[in-house]
Amino acid sequence: MRKNAAQRLILRGGRVVDPSQNLDEAADIVIDDGHIAAVGPEAAAKTSKGIVIDLHGLIVTPGLIDMHVHLREPGFEYKETIRTGSEAACAGGFTAVASMANTDPVNDNRSVTEFILRKAAEAGLVRVHPVAAVTAGMKGESLTEFWDLKRGGAVALSDDGRPVKNSAVMRRALEYAASLKMTVISHCEDPDLSGDGVMNESFVSTDLGLPGIPAAAEEIMVARDILLARYTDTPVHIAHVSTAGSVELIREAKKKGVKVTAETAPHYFTLTQEVLKDYDTNAKVNPPLRGPKDVEAVKEGLRDGTIDVIASDHAPHAVTDKEVEFEYAANGIVGLETSLGLSLRLVAEGVLTLSQLVAKMSVVPAVILGIPGGTLRPGSPADLTVIDTNLTWRVDPTVFRSRGRNTPFAGWELTGKTVLTVMGGRITYRDPSRWE
Amino acid sequence: MGLARKDLLGMKDVSAEEITLILDTAESFIEVSSREIKKVPTLRGKTIINLFYEASTRTRTSFEIAGKRLSADTINISAATSSVVKGETLIDTARNLEAMNPDIIVIRHSVSGTPHLLARLVRQSIINAGDGTHEHPTQALLDMMTIRSRLGTLKDVEVAIVGDIAHSRVARSNIYGLRKMGAKVTVAGPATMMPRDVGAFGVRVCDTLEEAVRGKDVIMMLRIQKERQHSHLFPSLREYSARFCLTGESLALAAKDVLVMHPGPINRGVEIAPDIADGPQSVILEQVTNGVAVRMAILYLLGGGMP
Repeated sequence: MRKNAAQRLILRGGRVVDPSQNLDEAADIVIDDGHIAAVGPEAAAKTSKGIVIDLHGLIVTPGLIDMHVHLREPGFEYKETIRTGSEAACAGGFTAVASMANTDPVNDNRSVTEFILRKAAEAGLVRVHPVAAVTAGMKGESLTEFWDLKRGGAVALSDDGRPVKNSAVMRRALEYAASLKMTVISHCEDPDLSGDGVMNESFVSTDLGLPGIPAAAEEIMVARDILLARYTDTPVHIAHVSTAGSVELIREAKKKGVKVTAETAPHYFTLTQEVLKDYDTNAKVNPPLRGPKDVEAVKEGLRDGTIDVIASDHAPHAVTDKEVEFEYAANGIVGLETSLGLSLRLVAEGVLTLSQLVAKMSVVPAVILGIPGGTLRPGSPADLTVIDTNLTWRVDPTVFRSRGRNTPFAGWELTGKTVLTVMGGRITYRDPSRWE
Repeated sequence: MGLARKDLLGMKDVSAEEITLILDTAESFIEVSSREIKKVPTLRGKTIINLFYEASTRTRTSFEIAGKRLSADTINISAATSSVVKGETLIDTARNLEAMNPDIIVIRHSVSGTPHLLARLVRQSIINAGDGTHEHPTQALLDMMTIRSRLGTLKDVEVAIVGDIAHSRVARSNIYGLRKMGAKVTVAGPATMMPRDVGAFGVRVCDTLEEAVRGKDVIMMLRIQKERQHSHLFPSLREYSARFCLTGESLALAAKDVLVMHPGPINRGVEIAPDIADGPQSVILEQVTNGVAVRMAILYLLGGGMP
C-alpha cells in the first residue's frame, strides 16, 4: 500500500456508516482523483484497476471533523505546531479540524489566517479551517474584519479561551456574522463570577481548598447568548457545554426555535471533578470538570439531540505548563488522539447509535461551519475514516503524535480506534499494527 | 514506634490512632522545652529544610525551634531570598534540595496541593506547614493537644469554629482531626465565608455567633484577612466585628469553663475582643507552646530518630 495515491483507490467490503445519506450497510467505495466516485454493495465490481484495500470487519465513515482544536501556531510552537497537530488529527481519524484563534499573534486579521492555511497546506495531512477572533486581540472591544477574514479562509468566529463579555459587542458580532453566513462560537463564561476559580465549585473544591468556578458562571452566558440569538434571529454555537443547567437552557431554546447549536468534549461526558483529588493538573481544564449529575445531563443532551457535536477542545501544553502548582497550571486537555475512543464508549453504553456518533463527529460540524466534508456522497471530496470498533488499546501519551502529553486518560483502556484515514483520496494515516 | 508514612500532608488522611500517637509523643516532649538545657540528641545528624513560600513568623520559628531542640540541623529558605526571585520553578528548587540529601522538608505555600506535588517528586519526608486554603495539619494537632490536655479528652467535646471558613486551612484541618477523635464541630460566619456544601464535612452550620457558641466547650476564632473585603465577602470590618467579634457577652453563652482559641495572628477588636484574648478562658499562648512540642513529635516520628 503506497501512501501517495493519485490513482484509483478501491475500499472493499467495509460497513459504510454515512448518516448524510442514511447509509449503514456493507459497501464498496471507489475513489478517483481525490473524490468519491461510487458507493454501493457492488460498486467495485465493475472496476479492476486501482489499489484495493479490504475493509471487511471495519467501519467506514465520512472523515471525522473536530470543530474545536488549539493548534497553538503561531506563537506557542513549544506546545504544538500545525504540523504536529495535523499528525495527531489524522491519527485520531480526523480529516478536518477548526483551529481556534488564541494564538500569538491572535488570529484577528487576514494575514494570520493565511499563515495558518499555508502551514496546514505544507503539512498536507488534514484540512485546517481557521476560526478567527470575534474581537481585535480577543480583548472583547472591537469587531475584527469578518468579511476580509472570511475571504482569507476563516470559517467561523470565536474568542475561545475568553468570553465576549460585553453583550452589545456580542449582539453586533452575531448580526454582522450572520449576514456573512458565518457562525459565532461562544465560550460561555462570566469572568467576574468564575473569578480566580480553578475547578468546579462543589464539595470537592471545598475539600481541596481550591477556588471554585460555579456552574452559573457558564449558564449565565449560555442564557445571554440564547437571548441575543433569539432577539437578533441569528445562529450561535455554544462551545464546550459542561453543566446540566446549560444543557437544559439549550434544550428549551431549541424547542422555541432559537438557532442555537452546541458541542461538548469527551472529558465532560467521561470524567467528574473527583479525578482532581490528587491535584492532577492534567485534569485542569476550563470549563472545569463537573459533578456526576452534569455528566449524566451532558450524555442525555447528546442522546436527545440537544448537543449537536462532539469536539475535543484539543488543548496541548508542555510539561512546564502543567508540572507546577495547581493554581499556576495551564488549563487544557489534549483530545485529538483520544476523542474517538472515548466517544465510542457512548455507543457501547447505548447513549448513541454509531450513526448518531458519526453525525456528531462529522456530518453536523460540516453543516455548522459550512465546510466541505461530512458525507460520502459521490462527487464529494474523498475524506473518510476507517474504524476498527473491536480494537482494544491503551492510552499512552508517550506515543502521541501531538506535542502535548497533557491527558488525564493516560493508561486507560479504550475499545475502538482509527486504523485508516483518507483525506482528499490520499492515505494520511494507517495503524501500524494492522497494515504493516 | 514511629509513623508508618513518608509525609504529613493533611489531617484528612491521618487516622485516629496516628493522632493519638502524635499527641502522646508531643506530651512527652513538653518537658524538654522546660529544661535548663532544652535539647535532646534525638535527631542529631538529620537535616531539616523549612521551605517557606509564604510569610510566617510563628510557624516557621516553631518548626525551627522544634528541630533544634531535637538536635537536627535546620535550614530556613524563604521565597523572598531564594531562587524563586530568579524564576526557578518549584520542581527545580525541590530537585536541587533533594540532591543535597536532607531528611525532611517542611513546606508552606500559598497554593493548595503544593505539598502533595512536592511529596510525589522527592524522596524526602514532606511536612505541610500550611497550603493555600487547604490544610494546616500541625496547627490542628497543636489545637487538639491543647484541648486534650485541658479537658482530658477530645471525645464528645463541642467545638465552634467561627470566621472565614472558606479560606481557612486551620478550619479544614481541625474539622478533619476533631471529628476523627469524636469531637462535635459547629462552624459559623457570614454566608459568604462558608465554602460550598460545607455541611458535607459532617459539621453543623450556624448563621450567628451566638447560636454557634451556645453551650460550647471550645471556641476557635479565625483571623479575618482584611483584604477579603475587596472580594465582596463582607461589607465592612465594622459590620463584621459587630456580628462576629467574640466578646464577654457572647462568651457568656458558652459552657462555663470554655476554652477560647485562636491560631494567630490576632486582629484585636475584629474577631476577638482584647479582654477576651487576654482573659482567663484564653489558651492562645498555650497553643503556641504546644506547637513546639507537636512539631518536635512529628519531626521525631517522621525522622526516625531514637529516643
